[in-house]
Amino acid sequence: MKKVLGILGLLVAISAFTAAVNPDFLEPYNLQNLIRRTSLYGILSIGVAFVIITGGIDLSLGSVVGLVGVLVPWLLVEQGFGIPAMFLVVLATCLAIGLIHGLLVTRLSMQPFIVTLCGLLFYRGVARFLTDDQTQGFGTGYTGLRQIAKGEPCTLAFLAMVLGAAGVLLLAWVRRLGAFDPRGVRLGLGATALAALSGALVWLLDVPRLSEIRAPMPFLVLIGVALASGVFLNLTVWGRYLFALGRNEEAARYSGIDTARMTVLAYVLCALLAGLGGVLFALDTPGIQPASHGSFYELYAIAAAVLGGCSLRGGEGSVLGVVIGAAVMRVLYNSINLLSIPTQLEFAIIGIVILLGVVADEVVQRVVAARRERRPT
Amino acid sequence: MIERPECPGSPGRPESLERLVVRGLTKRFPGVLALDAVDVSVRRGEVLAVVGENGAGKSTLMKVLAGIVAPDAGEIELDGRPARIDSTRRALELGIALIHQEPNLADNLTAAANIRLGNEPARLGFFDSAEIEASARAALAEVGADFGPEVLVRELPVGRRQLVEIAKALARHARILLMDEPTSSLSGKESERLLEVVDELRARGVSIVYISHRLAEVKRLADRAVVLRDGRRAGELDGEHLDRESLVRLMVGRDLASPSARPSAAAPGGERLAQPVLEVQGLVVPASPRHALTFEVRAGERVGLAGLVGAGRTELLRVLFGIDRPLAGRMRVGGAELAPAHPRDAIRAGVGLVPEDRKRDGLFLPLGVRENVGIATLARDARAGFVDAARERTLTAELVARLCIGTPGVDQPVEQLSGGNQQKVVLARWLATNPRLLLLDEPTRGIDVGARHEIYELIDELARQGVAVLFASSEMEELLELADRVLVMHEGRIAGELARAELDEERVMRLATGGDRLPVGEAR
Repeated sequence: MKKVLGILGLLVAISAFTAAVNPDFLEPYNLQNLIRRTSLYGILSIGVAFVIITGGIDLSLGSVVGLVGVLVPWLLVEQGFGIPAMFLVVLATCLAIGLIHGLLVTRLSMQPFIVTLCGLLFYRGVARFLTDDQTQGFGTGYTGLRQIAKGEPCTLAFLAMVLGAAGVLLLAWVRRLGAFDPRGVRLGLGATALAALSGALVWLLDVPRLSEIRAPMPFLVLIGVALASGVFLNLTVWGRYLFALGRNEEAARYSGIDTARMTVLAYVLCALLAGLGGVLFALDTPGIQPASHGSFYELYAIAAAVLGGCSLRGGEGSVLGVVIGAAVMRVLYNSINLLSIPTQLEFAIIGIVILLGVVADEVVQRVVAARRERRPT
Repeated sequence: MIERPECPGSPGRPESLERLVVRGLTKRFPGVLALDAVDVSVRRGEVLAVVGENGAGKSTLMKVLAGIVAPDAGEIELDGRPARIDSTRRALELGIALIHQEPNLADNLTAAANIRLGNEPARLGFFDSAEIEASARAALAEVGADFGPEVLVRELPVGRRQLVEIAKALARHARILLMDEPTSSLSGKESERLLEVVDELRARGVSIVYISHRLAEVKRLADRAVVLRDGRRAGELDGEHLDRESLVRLMVGRDLASPSARPSAAAPGGERLAQPVLEVQGLVVPASPRHALTFEVRAGERVGLAGLVGAGRTELLRVLFGIDRPLAGRMRVGGAELAPAHPRDAIRAGVGLVPEDRKRDGLFLPLGVRENVGIATLARDARAGFVDAARERTLTAELVARLCIGTPGVDQPVEQLSGGNQQKVVLARWLATNPRLLLLDEPTRGIDVGARHEIYELIDELARQGVAVLFASSEMEELLELADRVLVMHEGRIAGELARAELDEERVMRLATGGDRLPVGEAR
């Protein structure tokens, strides 16, 4: 929780600074775009977080996005597949990729870094070979399908109001069950009530600019993915097993957890979310270059997960943190443009900010640990 | 690294007889006072034995002297001058070297490379291989090694590795050797050899602080013995007073009474035979493929597994719990055949295992007591795959109360608990599963005396409720205290069985070292 607050602070600080220097940051169009990009990358980041929580890593994610990005238009436009058939092929591909990664890591005890590094190279090669390196696109067709990525069904304020209200009702019911951590439920109630209230205020009062922001479709997908992942990780037995396995694999095995199966599950979830992100990216991008589409995305995703509180040693991380981490990455990118910092410095700045964020977190942890040490027990 | 010549005392000053003097050394760990104002001194050319039960503070003392652990209070004098040992490097510079219980070497390197590791002579920044070999050869000769410096450490048996460790210390001009149970993982012959080396080092003026549980070894080797008990100095013995009886008396703080007067849980009147809970027939453990094991444990019975390190006790428990697969043989738990392919299968059949190394195999350290206790029962209590957090919370709270786990709350991270309380957390995890067979591997290793007795009582209580208990222990005291019956293992086989009435250290040791069963007492 503290980590989430820390990264949230970083997000607010960068945003405030950028907005102060260049008010264009707050333009509805810019914010809307930021939300869309954050959502797309956020889905990938949540995927890789599953693997990182078990103490593994997935470097192949960007190439999976590339492969899926190529597959979608190639299957539809060039191979003449129907939309459901296309989805099926993509789903099967990603499922197979995740299973193969997981099985290689568990059955053959191979290092995740190596397995997924080979995946990174392999899927990229397949994507380029399939399309003979030709740019893929949808032309003018499939506008309906592409609404899944490009659509903006409602305003953000309306969405916050509706979802917030639904959340309040759901949590109130959950509270009556009494099975879940009461503190968490209370916190969730507060957050959803706040969302509903602020959404309602903005919507009803028709606050200029704020009420103009529309919610992009990928944002709706992200909310769905994040909620499902958060519930899975925090409230289900398998979610708890993933954390336990990441903390101490031996102890998990001694406690009767089928650690191999759980590890495979993490890689499969990661590949599936990479596929989902890949489909959205594909539908969002006008011309897909097989050689470069999605490259480096695995690193953006890993960076977002680490910024959001995942430890590469495993056993730590929260979905909310990861999503905010992804937002920090996108806001940084946006700031570099808006502050007219030379784009050549882009990577340098993103690198430095991530490093500072992680160093600050480490320093804070040490100070806290030292304080605890000094306190007599 | 600067070469330091050996410099015993400063010239022009009469050399003090005491080489190392420690006064009022105190070290507190969360929940445990590991050292409580301990005074110790060692002279030149003296072997000082430090003895005490597990958790008495011996290893902490060694760690402080070796610069691994910083003391909370106390002073240390070296050759009459105050010294601050604030790092392992500083300790080495002062001529203090720690020989670990298990050799701590880079086994992919040669003996020579290990001996000069971190202290390599260099010429123009490159290794001076010739010098490394020569100095290592000399150091190995000093410890009477029968192998050359060019041998890869991984090809050496443990006993020889121990010699490499000592040679490494000598190559660094160590004047004080701290040896922490150096013979615990050695065979009889290897131990004897090591003791000879220690004798020789003493003759050459090296001071040796020697921790050992083997009292015969202490008697044979030590000039003096300091006994620690619960972090305090319980007393000192030297010369003719240094004998086994007196040592034990100081260690346990009372005369060694007959094996605890408590009645056996399994046979209150001596005769009632309960149902066998665990039946093992012809079980072949992969670690020792030549021996088949057959035994049983009855409901309410507490069976001890005795034996030296490497006798195969842990390996047997691992197979019973489904961590390793047996090569052959059958086991039945509660009358039903069990061939566990994974601990999950064993747990479903009502088996629990408290592992020897609780930090490595038992605990999720940064997680809370609740998560650690609940992990094995999550699936059982789940509702449609969701964790029943409320139930987990109440169950944990109940167990915390029942086991008197010293924790401020059920959400306290277990890394902040003392060793004894951590062990209770692992026990609580299995109690939550309502086991019918509880396997324990060294149930009180590294636990202070108070918590140890609470754990004994808990095991007793479980046995009275009909749980079958099979525990491996290297401590005689523990076997005497806890076991209704002891199976003694030697090199992978069950060398003999001792009923409670015939249980004594000598009988156990004879069987554990491959000797015959003493004729006294009748076989069951």
